[in-house]
Amino acid sequence: MSMQSTHPHTTAWRLWRRNGLIWAALMLLLALTLVLAYVPMGWLTPAAGIVIAFSKAGLVILLFMELAKARPLIRLAAMAGVVFLAVLFALTLADVLSRLAGR
Amino acid sequence: MSETTSLLKEPWQYFDRQREAGTFGIWVFLASELLFFGALILTYTVCRIENVAAFAAAGRETNIWYGTINTAILLTSSLTMAMASQAAAANEGLRRLILWCLAATAALGLAFLVVKGFEYREDIERHLVPGAHFGLKQTAAQLFFGLYWIVTGVHAVHLTIGIIMVVRLTLLGYLNKFQLDENPEIQVTGLYWHLVDIIWIFLYPLIYLPGRTS
Repeated sequence: MSMQSTHPHTTAWRLWRRNGLIWAALMLLLALTLVLAYVPMGWLTPAAGIVIAFSKAGLVILLFMELAKARPLIRLAAMAGVVFLAVLFALTLADVLSRLAGR
Repeated sequence: MSETTSLLKEPWQYFDRQREAGTFGIWVFLASELLFFGALILTYTVCRIENVAAFAAAGRETNIWYGTINTAILLTSSLTMAMASQAAAANEGLRRLILWCLAATAALGLAFLVVKGFEYREDIERHLVPGAHFGLKQTAAQLFFGLYWIVTGVHAVHLTIGIIMVVRLTLLGYLNKFQLDENPEIQVTGLYWHLVDIIWIFLYPLIYLPGRTS
C-alpha cells in the first residue's frame, strides 16, 4: 500500500476502506460467535467462542494497533505481556487440571 | 502538513525519539494491564472448570442482547479511534476527520456505559448479586456473578478513563490548543482505547455465551 497521496481526500478514503474492511471482519466474527454459542457441539462450543475472541483480538492488535508494522522493540514490549500471561495460565492450569484428573 | 517542533517536549531532542518512547511506554503499561485482567480471567477459568454446570446456568441468566450490542459498540469505537490515529499520523491536514472520529469514539464509549447501566439495573432487579438474596439456586453461580461484577466494573472504570482522555484530545484539537497532525498523544490514547476493547472481546464469550445450548 502506497503511503504517498496527492490529495487529503484520497488519504481519507484509503483509511476508511482499510479500517472499514477490518471493522466488517470484526462484525462478521461477532455474528459468528453469537450463532455458534447456540449450536450444541460439546466442548467445541465454548472453544469456538475463545478461538473467535483470539481472532478478533488479533485483528485489533495487528491492524488497528498497527503492531504488524511496529518496530521490534515495540513488538517485544507487547509480547512480554502475552508471554508472562501464558506462564501464569500454564502453571496454574497444570495444577488445577491434574488435580481434577486424579478425582 | 505541519511542523513537529511544536510537539517536541522535554527531555527529548528529536521528535522521532519522543514518539518512539511514548509508544514503547504505553505498550509496557498495556502489557501490565494484560496481566491484571489476565489474573481475573484465570480466576474465572479455574472457578468455571470446577463448577461447569453452575457457570452454564449463570451465563444463561445474563442478557445476551445487551452484551452483544455493547460488543458491537466497542468494536465500532475501535474503528473510529483507529481512523483518528491513522489520519493524524498521515499528516495531511485531515482536521475535520480526526475531530469527528475522536468525538464519535467518545460518544460510542458513553453509549456502552449507558447500555451497561441498563444491564446492571436489570441484573440487580433479578437478584443476580451474590449474597443472602441471590436469585439462582446453584450456590456456585455466585462465583460467576461475583467475578461478573468485579471484571465488568473494573472494565467500566478503564473505559471511563479512556472517554475522559479522548474528550480531552477532542477539545484541545477543536480549540486549537494543540496540533492534531502527527501528535503522538492521539496514537498513545488510541492504543489504550484498543486494549480496553480487547479486554471486552475476551469478556464477551466468557460472560454472555456459556450455557446457551441448553
